[in-house]
Amino acid sequence: MVLVRILRDKGWDVVEAGDGQEGLDALANGPATQLALVDWNMPVMNGLEFIRAVRKDPTHADMTLVMVTTESEHSQVVRALAAGAHEYVFKPFTPEALLGKLSMLGLPVGV
Amino acid sequence: MPLAQSDFTFISDLVRKQAAIVLEPGKEYLVESRLAPLARTEVQGSISDLVAKLQADRSGKLASKVVDAMTTNETLFFRDGHPFETLRTIVLPQFLKARAAEGRLSIWCGASSSGQEPYTIAMVLKEVLATHPGFGVDLLASDVNEEMLERTRLGSYSQLEVNRGLPIASLMQHFERAGTQWQAKADLRAMIRTQNINLATPLPVMGPFDLIFMRNVLIYFDNETKLKILTQVRRLLRPDGYLFLGGAETTLNIDPGWDRVSLGPSTAYQAKKGF
Repeated sequence: MVLVRILRDKGWDVVEAGDGQEGLDALANGPATQLALVDWNMPVMNGLEFIRAVRKDPTHADMTLVMVTTESEHSQVVRALAAGAHEYVFKPFTPEALLGKLSMLGLPVGV
Repeated sequence: MPLAQSDFTFISDLVRKQAAIVLEPGKEYLVESRLAPLARTEVQGSISDLVAKLQADRSGKLASKVVDAMTTNETLFFRDGHPFETLRTIVLPQFLKARAAEGRLSIWCGASSSGQEPYTIAMVLKEVLATHPGFGVDLLASDVNEEMLERTRLGSYSQLEVNRGLPIASLMQHFERAGTQWQAKADLRAMIRTQNINLATPLPVMGPFDLIFMRNVLIYFDNETKLKILTQVRRLLRPDGYLFLGGAETTLNIDPGWDRVSLGPSTAYQAKKGF
C-alpha cells in the first residue's frame, strides 16, 4: 500500500484495514489514533459511512480524517466534508501532495 | 541515454544568452527532465536529436520553446504556507489601514509561472476584503512565458495540481469542475491581470506597488542579473511596501538597498531609505 509506505517512511505507526468496519474495529481495539486516511469505495462499509461513524463517537473527537479517493465530483467532495472529513486528496496523487496536505493540517510529517 | 556534455553546454549557453539564467554543471538532470518531453514532440527522438535540430534552426522558434521549457518554474498553491498566512493576518490588515484613504492596493506577482501563486493571493484577498467592501485591488501576474500567462488567464488546473497545497475548502469555494480540470471561478479570474515581463531586461513603466511577490525566481539568475532585478524592483515598490522572496533567496550580499523585516514567521524586504 502506497499510503502505508509514505507514512511509515515518516516514522508513523500505521494500521491497515480492508474496509470501514475493519477500521472501526481497529480503532476500538487499538491505541488512540491521530489520523485516518480513508478511501471512499470499500466493501462492507464505505469511507463516507466510516467518517460518519467516527464523527459520532466522541472518543475520536481529536482524530483527523482525510478522504483519499478517485471520487472527484464536486458534489461528492461536499458530501465528504459535510460528513466530517477535514481534507480530501484526489487519486492519483504524489507523496509530496499528500504530505503537504497533512502538514497543512498540523500533523508532523516532516515537511 | 545520458545527456552528452556537448548538448548540456549548448543548452546552457542558449538559456544564458536568451534568459540570463545560469545552468551550472550538475543541472544536467534538469535539462533531461525538462527537455525530454519536448524532444519527443518536436523530433520524436532524444535530447541529442533536439539539439541537432536547434543548431540547424534559423527561425529561433525552436530555441524559444527550449528556453520556455527550461525556465518554467515549478509552482504550487500556498507554497511554503506561512507567507500567505502572514499576508492574511499581518500585511493586509496593516495596508487596509495605511491605504484607507486611497481605498486601493497594488500587488505584483512576478515570474508567476502557471498562476498558482497569484490565485493563492487572490483567494486570500477575497477572504480579507469581504469585510471591506469598496476596497479595490490591482493584482498583476507576470511571466516571460506566454503559454504560462495563457494558463493563468484560463485558471484551469489538473487534479494533480489542485492536490498540491490547495486546501479542499478553498477548492470548493473558488473552483468549479470543467471536464477533468478544475477552473477558478470567473470572479477570481477577474481579479488577476496578466502581462508578459522578462525580469532580465529593463522593466516596463509600471507601479508603484504596495506588495511584490517574486518568489523562487532569483535563484535561477547569476548575481549580476539578480542585482539588476532587485535594483529595478526597489524603485517600483512604495516606501512602506514589502517584497517577498522565496525561502532560499535573499537580498543580502547582492543589493545593499534593502532592509530585512520580520513579519511573524515570514521575512520580507523594504526599500532602504536614501537609496
